[in-house]
Amino acid sequence: MRNRRPLARGLLPLAFWLLVWHGAVWYLENIQGIRTEFILPAPLTVLTTLVSLAGEGEFWLTALATLGRIFAGLLGGVAVGTVLAVLTQSFAWADWIFSPAVRVIRATPVASFILLIILWAPTGRVPAIVAALMVLPVVWGNVSRGIAQTDPLLLEAGKAYRFSRWKTVRLIYIPSVLPYFASACHTALGLAWKAGVAAEVLCVPKRAIGTQVYFSKIYLETQDLFAWTLVVIVLSFLLERGLGALLGRLEGGNTHAG
Amino acid sequence: MRVEGMTAAYGGVKVLDNFSLSWPDKGITLLSGPSGCGKTTFLRCLAGLQSYTARAVELPERPVILFQEDRLLPWRTAAQHITDVLPRERWGEAESWLELVELSGEGAHYPKALSGGMKRRLALARALACGGGLLLLDEPFTGVDGDRAARILGRIRDLETPVLLSGHESALVALADAVLPLDGPPLRRVEG
Repeated sequence: MRNRRPLARGLLPLAFWLLVWHGAVWYLENIQGIRTEFILPAPLTVLTTLVSLAGEGEFWLTALATLGRIFAGLLGGVAVGTVLAVLTQSFAWADWIFSPAVRVIRATPVASFILLIILWAPTGRVPAIVAALMVLPVVWGNVSRGIAQTDPLLLEAGKAYRFSRWKTVRLIYIPSVLPYFASACHTALGLAWKAGVAAEVLCVPKRAIGTQVYFSKIYLETQDLFAWTLVVIVLSFLLERGLGALLGRLEGGNTHAG
Repeated sequence: MRVEGMTAAYGGVKVLDNFSLSWPDKGITLLSGPSGCGKTTFLRCLAGLQSYTARAVELPERPVILFQEDRLLPWRTAAQHITDVLPRERWGEAESWLELVELSGEGAHYPKALSGGMKRRLALARALACGGGLLLLDEPFTGVDGDRAARILGRIRDLETPVLLSGHESALVALADAVLPLDGPPLRRVEG
């Protein structure tokens, strides 16, 4: 019984919203007399389209290519954001140079970035670069806050008990910053998907979910648009679960403590 | 051991103002005085954690301090707290330091699983394991019952490292080899 509950918690809301979706299609078709295939395809139509797409090898290659780009962008953004946070928290000169630049990146609309990066980089790399640029300020901000809020009493204890610089980082800074880092990664993942797929829609690389979304809009294949969007949601969910598991393991020490 | 003309401020208040004190270089010396008189600032100055000016300071090398707060790492076990301050070749000593403060068998526990008194004793074990030419213990037995405090202090005496400790517990007066009554701020010696 206990094992069924989490499943029910996930499936019941899904069933509810599918019902709402189906009800809306039925209302438009039967009460309003509107043909819905171009504006809101029925759930079953989308599912059929998805199953049909999944039967082709190209579908999996396309999904994998997008997943690879988003993951690369996420990793790049997380790595650069973390390094910049350490630099800007450690050195006044780095704070002076990099902090305004990161704030500019944070404030710049994603569409502007996409259009600029299309001019500067090969088409296939634009989504990863854009995803990284969206992730970077979030990770930088959170990790910087984590470093700044590391308990000064613990740092002083480290000094009193003759911790080396590396030991201070390993035993005090990293465990203190980890919850901020994990929170940043969760937020950044959603941003990376949104920005990365948007970049694919605008730069239309050879094999990409965004490209498929773009063509389904051009050819008014709304059921394809829905199906590919579902693919993005499922991949994002899977990546989030994987990331959650990884960060959960990293935070193991803190979990034991709490 | 002695300091002469020590001056230091804490939070904008001059807590030590041309303060001078000498104490034995062996055994346990108790700094006795009311809360807020400046004992903690004095111990922090001796530990090199607070800036001060002084005409003369004669101390052994590398004094080590037990802070007034436990300052334990929530993500490290009791045994790890000890090994964290020991070189790798001395990690095997962790259990004996825990034994000294009567925490045998608690090595695998995280601070959250320990009571207030146990945390205090773990913090004390860490400071003792870290070692140094002078042990500066700031209220080491807060939350520790008197009998246990007496037993632990007896074992600390056996380490033969000079100890300068502060505390309010009246039982400590009987256990210390020398008692220096203080008052303040600014901190000053009073006749006991």
